Amino acid sequence: MIPWFGWIALALIAVGTVGGLWIAPPDYQQLDAFRIIYFHVPSAWLSQFGYVLMAVAAAVGLIWRIKLAHAVAAACAPIGASFTVVALATGSIWGKPMWGTWWVWDARLTSTLVLLFLYFGYMALRAAIDDENRADRASALLAIIGVINIPIIKYSVEWWNTLHQPATISKLGKPSMNPDMLIPLLVMWLGFTFFFFAVLMVRARAEILVRERNKKWLRDVIGKG
Amino acid sequence: MEYLTFGKYTWYVWSSAALTFVVLGANIFLARRRLKLHIEKARRRLAAEEV
Repeated sequence: MIPWFGWIALALIAVGTVGGLWIAPPDYQQLDAFRIIYFHVPSAWLSQFGYVLMAVAAAVGLIWRIKLAHAVAAACAPIGASFTVVALATGSIWGKPMWGTWWVWDARLTSTLVLLFLYFGYMALRAAIDDENRADRASALLAIIGVINIPIIKYSVEWWNTLHQPATISKLGKPSMNPDMLIPLLVMWLGFTFFFFAVLMVRARAEILVRERNKKWLRDVIGKG
Repeated sequence: MEYLTFGKYTWYVWSSAALTFVVLGANIFLARRRLKLHIEKARRRLAAEEV
């Protein structure tokens, strides 16, 4: 399944990049600078989706004591953190020509930076505790508490006066984008999502290998492989 | 070569694209390396136990 997800992701990202950089028309106001959206928005989406998935998996692991769920949560963290870095960096690169500055301490940017620190905190907490069960429980609590930051990021542009523009794509309302610009963005979004799951499956496998290293079934599988 | 330029925003667009692809590549590289490392470790343990 991993190669399928990987190749689909690669194809979609390639198509989305070509569509976003060369087929979509320039924005009437931002001209070609708007093309950064094709890298910024899918990364920002995955930074938040990755955290929600991590928190849900952590909650499942905590409530029903399913070890696989903790493995999935642990696998989500580095991927989500990397997409948060991309979202912040591409946002900053986009901000320079549009706002005249690399960074402002406005609500959307600051809450996204908090998200990055939550990911770092989660990974640091896991690494700091030797006992696997205690590490699972402590990091799950942090992940669940930190999920409060997700609606703050989402609604920050509505609750506070920010430089960041409001949502371009809304599931409930009509998107404010021209279809020629929107379609490559949706393709990129889908490609990034497939990519996330492809990497998540690889990382989750590695995590399971570490956790189940003393189990007979794993020895049988490794022995056969 | 004109299709590779985006007016005065060329640097901004290409640096965003490059950064994104570097991080995507790093994600694949690190995830695969971690998996391979643990598979090798598990195999070595198994081989050591059999001896």
